[in-house]
Amino acid sequence: DPVLCYVVSVGIQFENNCEVGVFSKLTNAYCLVAIGGSENFYSTFESELADVIPVVKTSIGGTRIIGRLCVGNKNGLLLPHTTTDQELQHLRNCIPDQVVVQRIDERLSALGNCISCNDHVALTHPDLDKATEELIADVLGVEVFRQTIAGNILVGSYCAFSNRGGLVHPHTSIEDLDELSTLLQVPLVAGTVNRGSEVIAAGMTVNDWTAFCGSDTTATELSVIESVFKLREGQPTAIVDDMRKSLIDSYV
Amino acid sequence: ADSIRFDSSRPPRKMMPGSAPPAAGSGMFVPTQTAGTVLCCICGVSMQPNPANMCARCLRARVDITEGVPRNAAVVYCPDCFSYLQPPRSWLRAGPESPELLQILLRRLKHPLARLKVSLSGAEFVFSEPHSKRLRLKLRLRREVLNGIVLEQTHPVEFVVHDRLCDSCARAQANPDQWVAVVQLRQHVPHRRTFLYLEQLLIKHGQAALAIRVASAPGGLDFFFGSRSHAARLVDFLGTVAPIQTNTAKQLVSHDTKSFIYNYKYTFSVEICPICREDLIALSPKASRDLGGLGPLVLCTKVTNAIALLDPLTLRVHHLEEKKYRVYNFKAALTSKQLVQYMVLDIEPESPEITIDGSRYQLAYAQVARMSDFGKNDTVFTVRTHLGHRLNPGDLALGYDLYGANMNDDDMDKALLRQNLPEVVLVKKSYEKRPRTRRWKLKRLPVEEDLGNKAKGEEERRENEYDMFVRDLESDPELRFGINLYKNEDYRSEMASTIGDDVPTVPIEELIEDLTLGDDEDEEEEEGADAGMVE
Repeated sequence: DPVLCYVVSVGIQFENNCEVGVFSKLTNAYCLVAIGGSENFYSTFESELADVIPVVKTSIGGTRIIGRLCVGNKNGLLLPHTTTDQELQHLRNCIPDQVVVQRIDERLSALGNCISCNDHVALTHPDLDKATEELIADVLGVEVFRQTIAGNILVGSYCAFSNRGGLVHPHTSIEDLDELSTLLQVPLVAGTVNRGSEVIAAGMTVNDWTAFCGSDTTATELSVIESVFKLREGQPTAIVDDMRKSLIDSYV
Repeated sequence: ADSIRFDSSRPPRKMMPGSAPPAAGSGMFVPTQTAGTVLCCICGVSMQPNPANMCARCLRARVDITEGVPRNAAVVYCPDCFSYLQPPRSWLRAGPESPELLQILLRRLKHPLARLKVSLSGAEFVFSEPHSKRLRLKLRLRREVLNGIVLEQTHPVEFVVHDRLCDSCARAQANPDQWVAVVQLRQHVPHRRTFLYLEQLLIKHGQAALAIRVASAPGGLDFFFGSRSHAARLVDFLGTVAPIQTNTAKQLVSHDTKSFIYNYKYTFSVEICPICREDLIALSPKASRDLGGLGPLVLCTKVTNAIALLDPLTLRVHHLEEKKYRVYNFKAALTSKQLVQYMVLDIEPESPEITIDGSRYQLAYAQVARMSDFGKNDTVFTVRTHLGHRLNPGDLALGYDLYGANMNDDDMDKALLRQNLPEVVLVKKSYEKRPRTRRWKLKRLPVEEDLGNKAKGEEERRENEYDMFVRDLESDPELRFGINLYKNEDYRSEMASTIGDDVPTVPIEELIEDLTLGDDEDEEEEEGADAGMVE
């Protein structure tokens, strides 16, 4: 069932760690995966995405927590100042040419924790530099909003959104949800990943048609994620068709 | 009934450093915040978000806070006096489903709960039929499970009630003739002062509480016990407070060779040294030499497990242990019965006051005359005494009259031959006027007297001895130190004028308020002594 495979949940771990969003970065144009994990982790991404977008193994600044250090979308990729020249070069070589890869000189070097974006809008940490804000707008081609999520300033950690939907910290109030979804122009829902974890972006990574969640994620959480990111679009009818067929089979 | 609570004192989880504090109260506009709902991460039910993001039902399914908390326990109950055992030894009376009973039962669970870090938020009885010998409790337990989530859950506990007679009831029920061990405490002296003092010590330390019977015997007391170890305990205690010599014997009562059971009756014969406080002793030349030239005339000032000997002429004190005493085995030349009353005519301090072993002495020359001589002759003795600090001209004092005494003691004769002995040895100050009633009283052991064996005038003699003992207590704080004095409720203060200011009395701070129970509980009076509260 090709559609069901879009959400990969069970068995995805990075060295026995369920925080898959920390060790990978998924956008609509490319996918970054940390070096050094098991081949299983990489091959999960590879098997799902290889036909469509490049899956690149890399480190950033010599570390494996690439998902928390970089931020990107289909237009560009921003890397922290700790990124080495080799890594920058490697990424430029592997990522499609139309994606702008840029290293930025920002004091808050964990860009992934401070910035969250889709292809049109970015939410950022309130204390980010003005220059960084401009760079984000230029490189990623997005509108930038300084925001907090449920009182947390690390917006990159506590929300994950694509062009179709988003998941935010469970403590987000209804007013905040309304405001954020107005800004982002996508439906948002408060929820959890990895069996109740509030650190959404650490527990999952998502683009417009795929989401990867940590293996602790429960069926309820998966169904929330599937529905809010619209990963099963068209799927219900497929299931109904399937069922109808089997029902008819059994009756006949 | 079960619920989840959150510890509000904790900061929000994973709040990163540098987070903006809420602007509430600063006068700024704060938009209203409506708490949304999330789906329980396990069952998908809609709920308020919490630190675990799980609904109460799922949380409880995953963590059992009552795990390890006992569901069964035992409690010991005395059916005779309706009291429950509070380990290790106290028995508390509690009615069915009373708060006191609840307290006793909860104390049995205190340790397991503390170990599991479970706190108790409530407890109540669930009715159980009294004949079932079961007590049921419903506890409400509270425990922190994940990230500051506090779960509360009810937990039933069933107590099995075991019937067992408490110590005092068992003693009351015991047949006093069926003893297993007896302690025969003896002292071969013509008075019973030592036993009066020991009786008070035994009461204070609760040592005779295990005895099923205490009987008076010629020259001492017999303590009967239901078990050998109880008797051995008493003997051990006596060894710490008196110079004693012990012999044990056992008699085979019955035996069963097939199961190797032998029943004995044990007898502990305990003999106390025949030296008492205030006795005058003439040391043999050998003993005097061994003790560093002490004496030869010495006064016994204190008897514990050692005998304190004071040389009244040099103020030297020697403590003689029981074993050492057995070597010399001396007897008292004169005992307190032979004390004679003197009038102090003049006193002249010879040296400053000194303190030896907590007692104060001062050497002085005293001019004394026998009270019996007044109006007959003018015999006056000039003697050295250790009571210089207490005696003033005109005072009365008690002393041994070596001048007029008819002594039958070899050591004394030898001492008389060898050196000049004083004609009088003053022992203590005496007071003429006595209050007839006292504001304090002593407790007594229930001693059985052998009425048939009693000599004529014995009763009166006993009373006199007791009166003397009470007077000694009044005048000697050191003697009072080891025993409990109780407030006398019947005491009405006499006019101050009838008692001289000089007469020693017991300060009211030393007295203990007696624990008085209901009329039907006279038997327990003895135990109340231990529970008495010091004012």
